[in-house]
Parts: sequence; structure tokens; C-alpha cells
Amino acid sequence: MLLNQYLLLAAVLFCIGVYGVLVRRNGVMVLMSIELILNAVNLNLVAFAADLGAPLGVSGQVFALFVIAVAAAEVGVGLAMVLMLYRNSSSIDLDTVDLLKG
Amino acid sequence: MTVSSTALLAAETAADAPWLLENVWLVPALPALSFVIILFFGKKLPFKGAEVGITAISLSFLLALGVGGTWIQRVDNAEAEAESHSEEALVVSDAEAGLGDPDTAGIAGVEGEQALATPLAAPAVPAAPVVEAGGEAGHAPTPVISELDWYTNGGTTHRIGTLVDGLSAMMLFVVTFISLLVHVYSTDYVAGDRRYTHFFAFLSLFSAAMLFMVLTTNILQLIVGWELVGVCSFALIGHWWEEKPNSDAALKAFLTNRVGDIGLLVGMIILFFAAGQSFDIVDINEKVISGEISHQLAFWGAISLTAAVMSKSGQFFLHTWLPDAMAGPTPVSALIHAATMVVAGVYMIARLYPVFFEGYSIAGSSIGVLGLIGATTTLAGGLLAFAQDDIKKVLAYSTVSQLGYMVLALGVGAWTAGLFHLFTHAFFKACLFLGSGSVSHAVHSFDMKKDMGGLKKWMPHTHRTMMIGSIALAGLPPLAGFWSKDEILAGTGGWGLTGGGTGGNGSYVILLVMGCITAVLTAAYTTRMVYLTFYGEYRGHGDPHESGPRITGPLYILAFMATIAGFFNLPSAVSPTEGFAHRFEHYVEPAGASYFPAIAHASFNWGLAIFSTLLVVVGVGASYLYYFRGLGPHGLTERNSTARAGFAFLKNKYYLDHLYTDGVAGGTKGPLARAAYWFNQHVIDAIVDGVGRGAAATGIFVYEKIDQGAVDKTVNGIGRGSRGAGRGLSLAQNGRVQTYASFLFAGVAALAGIFVVLV
Repeated sequence: MLLNQYLLLAAVLFCIGVYGVLVRRNGVMVLMSIELILNAVNLNLVAFAADLGAPLGVSGQVFALFVIAVAAAEVGVGLAMVLMLYRNSSSIDLDTVDLLKG
Repeated sequence: MTVSSTALLAAETAADAPWLLENVWLVPALPALSFVIILFFGKKLPFKGAEVGITAISLSFLLALGVGGTWIQRVDNAEAEAESHSEEALVVSDAEAGLGDPDTAGIAGVEGEQALATPLAAPAVPAAPVVEAGGEAGHAPTPVISELDWYTNGGTTHRIGTLVDGLSAMMLFVVTFISLLVHVYSTDYVAGDRRYTHFFAFLSLFSAAMLFMVLTTNILQLIVGWELVGVCSFALIGHWWEEKPNSDAALKAFLTNRVGDIGLLVGMIILFFAAGQSFDIVDINEKVISGEISHQLAFWGAISLTAAVMSKSGQFFLHTWLPDAMAGPTPVSALIHAATMVVAGVYMIARLYPVFFEGYSIAGSSIGVLGLIGATTTLAGGLLAFAQDDIKKVLAYSTVSQLGYMVLALGVGAWTAGLFHLFTHAFFKACLFLGSGSVSHAVHSFDMKKDMGGLKKWMPHTHRTMMIGSIALAGLPPLAGFWSKDEILAGTGGWGLTGGGTGGNGSYVILLVMGCITAVLTAAYTTRMVYLTFYGEYRGHGDPHESGPRITGPLYILAFMATIAGFFNLPSAVSPTEGFAHRFEHYVEPAGASYFPAIAHASFNWGLAIFSTLLVVVGVGASYLYYFRGLGPHGLTERNSTARAGFAFLKNKYYLDHLYTDGVAGGTKGPLARAAYWFNQHVIDAIVDGVGRGAAATGIFVYEKIDQGAVDKTVNGIGRGSRGAGRGLSLAQNGRVQTYASFLFAGVAALAGIFVVLV
């Protein structure tokens, strides 16, 4: 098993996620991109855990589980915000939400 | 008995001086305290402060009596012991003299040496002080001095304290006695006055100041007392200042005194340095006597101090303030003219007598500055008293004249006679002043010609007492004035003195003649005053009434004193017993003391006494014939131009006031004002203008270059810079979350890059 391949996959996922976060105007797409970033990190954690072996690697897997739980909560809050955004401005385009500026 | 025995005795007794004589500061302190109390609480008290003043001065009077009594006892004790020691006196050794108090032992030692020298070479001390009565030498015990450190300045410690000897004890008695009677009298006289409380406060301060001055141990303290007296007299003369003449009179008194006070300061400074930086009176006097202060310095010191005496004691030609001082309430006039203000000058001469005695070479002259001033004053004042219609002004000029007598006496070496005249004069002049106040109280005027006359009928008590005072003033035996005046004349003529030279006084013939003329004048103007006030027809209006007991009471007491005061210094030729003669001289004169010059005493002369009595009779008689009988050249001033001119000369008071106001003041104020104006225009204005212009130029420069150029530009620049920065930075904050996220990732990427490169 090659650790490199997992890390490379995770890096690609991460870059796609960052790209999505920075570029997409759709709020739901941005949330999904954040999920990509989180999953890239999870992939890293699990890969390193498997590489390290039983006693030490367990904590990496547990950590990944925690991240999944937090990501679920985060998506809950994020979708609620997108919903409110849509109700207020009948759009989920993030470029329209620039009221807080100098 | 020799000098040494008393000197030794002094050394023995100085250590245990009586308590009263060491704590005599209480005498001035009580009225001073009363001043403060009256000032702060007077108006709230039931009698408006009068009771505080009277209580304080009564206690002072009792203390002064105690001091006098203790002093007399001290002199007697000293004498008794001196007699018991007299056999051993010649074998006194210095070692024995040194046993006493260390302060006085030095003096005693010096005197002891002198005494040992005296039998061998008599002229060592200028004169054996005794000519008349053999046993009178050196009866004075040392004065009781108690001092505190006042302050130290430039290495010299100035001290403040009290000095009790016969002179100051006598003055304490006179001042407190007159002041007490004046206080009592004032409760009636100024009753209902709007500044009643204020009046009593200043009476207290006046008495306190005079007592403070009398007890002085050094000339610095003397100056303080002297000026305090001057200030109080200013306040009291101007008591009714709402009327312009009154406040003018107060100012005149004050300013005229300032003229003399310059002399006082100069004289004191001369003495201070002449005595090796010492203000101590005893020290200065001793140094003058021993010749440590040269004759020259003593002369210039005496000249300067004489100027002060001339203004303070109303000597011709600085006397002009004194008659004007009559603007004050009558009790104040009595106090000023009998006991305090004007006798301050006489007292100062008496206190610093060696300075005058040596400075003017009084022994062995036949004319001297001081005597001439006194004689001129006595004559000038006596003449002026004729031309006055205001009863108080007659008395004021009479005071000038009598003060002239005192200064004359001191100027011819008759110290005791001068002081004795001060003593007797205080009583009869206070009596006359208070009497004139009583009269004016009744007729509401001081003008004898317009509002008085025939008052004998209405005012029997005032008439009686004023008659006694007038006879005493005129100098008819056996009342007080006769004895003291006769002594002065005897001293001036030098009767009973052995020759001239240093052994005794010269005989001052010219001054004697002037004194005798004044005796006639005094008798005549006194008669005129009595006639115009109490006899003839009543010329005023209304119904005059006798004054109350608080006014007549003091009058009777003073009249009694005016009657008997002369007996305190009876000459031995007249005295019933030897022990009764020359009591005043015996207790008051510090003969033989180290700080008193050896003066010779003229003796009583029957011829002179009868002659001076005759002079008085002539004066009274002429005046009596002129006024009472209507004889003599009435209306002479209308008919004869010379007489008219003479009268006008007197009426205008020798034109001295004109000279001072128009000549001296007017002559100086014009050029002075012009000079001041020129100085103002050309010097001060130029400086002020220059300063102003410089300031304006500086201001413009600062405004244009520094304020506008530097400061404002900096501030504006900072403002502009921050605004620009804000504008630029606000572009970054566009509200889009994704822009912020880009910055965030860019930052993270940069940090990661640095991390990778570095690690």
C-alpha cells in the first residue's frame, strides 16, 4: 500500500474543495466544497492511521469519526443559513450578500 | 560712698531681681490683648468693648504702680547696702567683684578698676557727678533687663525685651495713669459715636505701643514702638474721617512724622554701626561714654535723631502737625499731648542721653543745637498761642511750648528737670485738655470767642479743675508747673555749678532769656484762655450744662495731681525734711549707672525762684488788666500797621504751613511732576512701546512661520495621510466572504511556503 497515493488523492480533493469555496457563487456549492476539504483531511487522517498501525493509528481513525460528526453539524448550520438567505433575498448567490463592507 | 560699692552691689542684686521687674512685659501686653479682644468681640460685648479696655489699662496701671514701688524699694535697698559696705568699699578686689552674676560681673569689674583709679586721678571720669548734695553719687542700681532672642540675621542676633530703671518705671506710671483716666473719660465723651468700639480698640493699642516703646532694650524695638505710636495717632486723629479736615490732619500728622522718621532711621543706623553692630541701648550708651564711639559719630547720630525728635515732639519748625492734630476727639488729644505720642521724642533723648550729651558736648557749651531748638520752640509756641481762638489750639501750642521746655532742659544737661517737667506737664496738660473737652461737650464748639465766655456759672467743676491746671501751667508756686519750670531755668542758667569746662554745664544765657520770656508768655496766654472761656459774658447759644461724673471725676484726679506733682522733686532748700527732697531725681535719674553720663545738677536759687514767680505775676497781671479790666491798647491791630502785620504773622502760624504746602510741596511737585512726565513719555513709554513692537513682530513671525508653516502643515498632512490610507484599505473590505477567504488561503499558502522553504 502506498501512502503517497492516498495523500495525493487527498491533496487533489483539498484543492478542488478550496477552488469550490473560493470560486462558486452558489451557497450550496460552497458548502459542498467545504465537505470536500473536510473529507480530504479525513482521508489523510485515516491514511496515516493505517500506515502507523494498530496501537497509535486508532486515534487517527477516532479523530476522523469526530470530524465527520462535526462536519454533519456544520452542514446543518450552513444549510440553515443558506435557507434563511434564500428566504430573505430569494437567491443563494453569495455575491449579493456583501452588506458588511467599508 | 564711691562708685565701686554700688557697682559691686549691682552685681550681687542683679541675679535676684524682683519678679515684677523681670515680668514687666505684662504692662504693654495687657492693652495689646485688649486691643485684639475689642477688635474681634468688642461689638458683641455689653459695653461695646469699653469695659475690656478699661480693665486692661487698670491692671496695667496697678502693675505699673507695683513696678514703681518695687523700683523705689530696689533703690533704697541698694543705698542701704551701699552704706553698710562703704567702709570696705575701698578694698574691694576684682576677685570679689567677679563673684556675682557673669553678665554684670564684667561691668562691675571695669567699674571697680575705675573706682580704684578715681582717688588717685580724679579727672579720669569726666566729672564727679555730684556738685550739690554729696551723698547722691551713684545711687542707681543696675536696670533690670530681661530679653528674648527675636531673630537672627546676618550673624547678628536681635533681641527683644524689657528694661526697667527709674526712667521707664516713671514713664509706665505716667502713661498708664493718663491712659486710664482718658479711657474712663471717653466712655462719656464719645458715647454714642458710630465707631465707639473702634475708638477703644485704638486707645488700647496706642497705650500698648507707648508702653512697649518705653520698655525697650534696643533701638530696633524703639523704632517699632515709635512707628506703632505714629500709626495709632494717625488712626485716632482721623477718627472722624468723614470730614475732610480731619482726615487731612491725620495725614499731615503722619506725613510730617515721616520726615523726622527718616532722621530716626539714619541716626539708628549710624549708632548701630558705630557701636559695632549693636542695637542694644545700654551698650550704645556705654560705648559713647567710654569714647569707643567717636565724638564725630555721636554728633551725626544725635543730629539725625534730633530730626526725629523735632517731628515727633513737635519742635519748631516741624511742629505744624501738632495743632492740626486737634481734629481728633479731645480724649485723644489729651493722651497724645500728655502721655504718649509727643513725649516719645523726649523719652528717646532721655533714653539715649549719652549720645546727645557727648555728641553736642552739652557739658561745657554755652549754646547747643538741642537747647536752641528747645528754646526756639518754647518761644515760638508761646507766641502762637495768643493768636488762636480755638481753645484746643491754644492748648496745642502750649504743648509745643512746654515740649520746647523739656527739650531745652535736656539740651542744657538738666536731664532730671526735663523729665520732671514731662511728669508734671502730663498731669496739668491732660487736666486742661480734658477740661476743654468738657467745655466743648457743653457748648458744642471749640471757639472761645464765639461760643464761650462766662461758663464759670454753669460749669463749676470744670472751672475749678481747669483753674488749677492753668495755674500749674502758668507756673505759680506751689503748683506742679512752677517746680519743674524753675528747675529747667536753674539748669539753663547753671546756678550752683562750679564754673564751666568739663566739670559742669556751661551757662546758657541766651537760652535762659528765651525761657524767661516764655514764662511770661505762658502766664499771659493761660490767663487769656481762662478769661475767654470762663469769664465775661456768655457768647454762645443754648444752655450749657456741667458734664457728668465720668468726665469731672478724671478732671478732679488730674487737678489733684497737678497740685501735688511738683512736691515729688522739692529742692532741699524748700523741703521740710532732707529725706523728702529730690525724690524724683533720686529714683528716676540713673546717676552713676554705666549707661548714663556724668551730669552736674544745678541747684535751687531763691533769687531765680522769686524772679520767675515775678515773671508769671507780670504775665498774669498784664493779661488780667487787658482782658478782665479792659485796660491797655485794645484795638492796636486796627490802628498800628506793624502790630497788624505781627498779628497776621502769628495768625498765619509764621506762614510755615504756607511754606510747606506752597513752597516745599508746591515747589517740588511741579518740577517733579514734569520730570516724571518726561520720564514716563520718553523712557517708560519707549520701553513699553519697544517691548510691544517686539512682541508683535515675534507674534507675526510665530504665526506665519511656525504655526501656519510648520505645525499646521504637519497636522494637516497627518490627517490627509490617514484619510488616504483609510480610503485605500477600505477597498479591501468589500463585504464578500469569498474575497476574505482568498486572503486567508493566500496567507496560509504563503506561511506554508515559508515553512517549507525554512524547514
